[in-house]
Amino acid sequence: MSNVPDNLRYRDSHEWIDPTQDPSPVGITDHAQAELTDVVFVDPPKVGTQVSAGQQVCVIESVKAASDIYAPVAGEIVAINEALGSDPGLLNRDPYADGWIFKIKPSNPAEFDALMDAAAYGKHIA
Amino acid sequence: MSDTTPLRRTPLHAVHVEMGARMVPFAGWDMPVQYTGIVDEHKAVRQSVGVFDISHMGQFIVSGTGAEAFLNRVLTNNIAKLQPGQGQYTLLLNGLGGVIDDLIAYRTSEREFYLVVNASRIDADWGHLETQLTKDDDVLMANASDFTAGLAIQGPKAREVAEAVFGSAASFPEHNTILVTMTSDGPMWLCGTGYTGEEGFEFFMPMEAAETWFRKIVDAVKAAGGMPCGLGSRDTLRLEMGYPLNGNDLSEQRTPLQAGLGFFVDLDKGEFTGREALVTQKAAGLPDKLAAFRMTGAAPPPRPHYPVAFAGEIIGEVCSGTQSPSLGGGIGMAYVPLSAATIGSTLEIEIRGRRFPAEVVKKPFYRKPSV
Repeated sequence: MSNVPDNLRYRDSHEWIDPTQDPSPVGITDHAQAELTDVVFVDPPKVGTQVSAGQQVCVIESVKAASDIYAPVAGEIVAINEALGSDPGLLNRDPYADGWIFKIKPSNPAEFDALMDAAAYGKHIA
Repeated sequence: MSDTTPLRRTPLHAVHVEMGARMVPFAGWDMPVQYTGIVDEHKAVRQSVGVFDISHMGQFIVSGTGAEAFLNRVLTNNIAKLQPGQGQYTLLLNGLGGVIDDLIAYRTSEREFYLVVNASRIDADWGHLETQLTKDDDVLMANASDFTAGLAIQGPKAREVAEAVFGSAASFPEHNTILVTMTSDGPMWLCGTGYTGEEGFEFFMPMEAAETWFRKIVDAVKAAGGMPCGLGSRDTLRLEMGYPLNGNDLSEQRTPLQAGLGFFVDLDKGEFTGREALVTQKAAGLPDKLAAFRMTGAAPPPRPHYPVAFAGEIIGEVCSGTQSPSLGGGIGMAYVPLSAATIGSTLEIEIRGRRFPAEVVKKPFYRKPSV
């Protein structure tokens, strides 16, 4: 069974965001990494980019396919996880901690409420 | 094929699902792309052994006193060189020298041949062969594709698996040979070939027998440290060897000379379909050539249809491309003008609007480490 931590919020396209941190780290869920398997490249967003909720912001590549990653909320990209450049497999091994992809400074924290909580996401992938 | 055509299922479909495979459409079939992961399955084949369902592939039996002459008139390699029990890689061309299919032809007896063709080309191949056949040929063609299942057992421990399932007294099909055995399940064809660059064999049998053999072989493969493998790793394995995939790297618009397959074309054996076009092209010089390239820095994996640039200009597109699990970098093949095809020349692969450098390299991409 996939791990779905309680403290995170989720998009239906399998990104997670941590609303308890500011800026908020974003990554892909355990379920998503298991579906993708073997992440081999992360094409990160540019720091300083303003994005809207649901905007495609970067691409992660597995051996099989390229997958778009969407911003869960609007805001500014303020950091990217440089470690993924040399070790994209972090997304598979530790999707909720060392495998974070970017951090976003939310412009409208109310948008967190539009995302799924752990229970809803758990149902979504069941 | 239209999107509404239901996908075909091999006799092992339910077993794949039961074993946790992820199924995807391929050449009109619903096939396993992976069980656990492409990289794991790839490494199993390189290091121990894997088993693939290749029941989607096609099999034709061509027999009669005129079978050898007929096949030599439609295929590029010289089939007269085959002794009973031997096989060869060969190509079926159209009149313009374009590739209809690449296949393996085995001589199963003096007057009988067994052809193994690509799933996506079964109908095209069969239709073409029928148009080439005349009443005077004394040839009987049978399309066994719909009744035949196939398994490919590939990897350094393939012999161990063969011994485990067939018994230690059974013969192992050596490279490019075929063993035909009559059993209580019907005929079985054991072919010493594969599509991975590893030692191994392809095992064709009547569909009804497939599930029992597959389960037996999966058990033996696992006991040898391997695993069942999907089409995902089949693709990365074949591309590391630089083997072409019809539809990606081969098409009716290009000749085997352009694809770098001249070794499998015998221009001196006599007339065959497409020969004249090849002779003309050879004399005039090739317009382009299938080049193998390797990404030189950190880059996303190259994928089919990405634009390819040389000296700043877009000159073509990626035919096959992937991340090589053995080499840990991007590899691919593309048709490029001869000036860009020399070993060591620099190409650029355009990925989402950005260009990443690649170097033209010699095939195969991957060579087995010498023990």
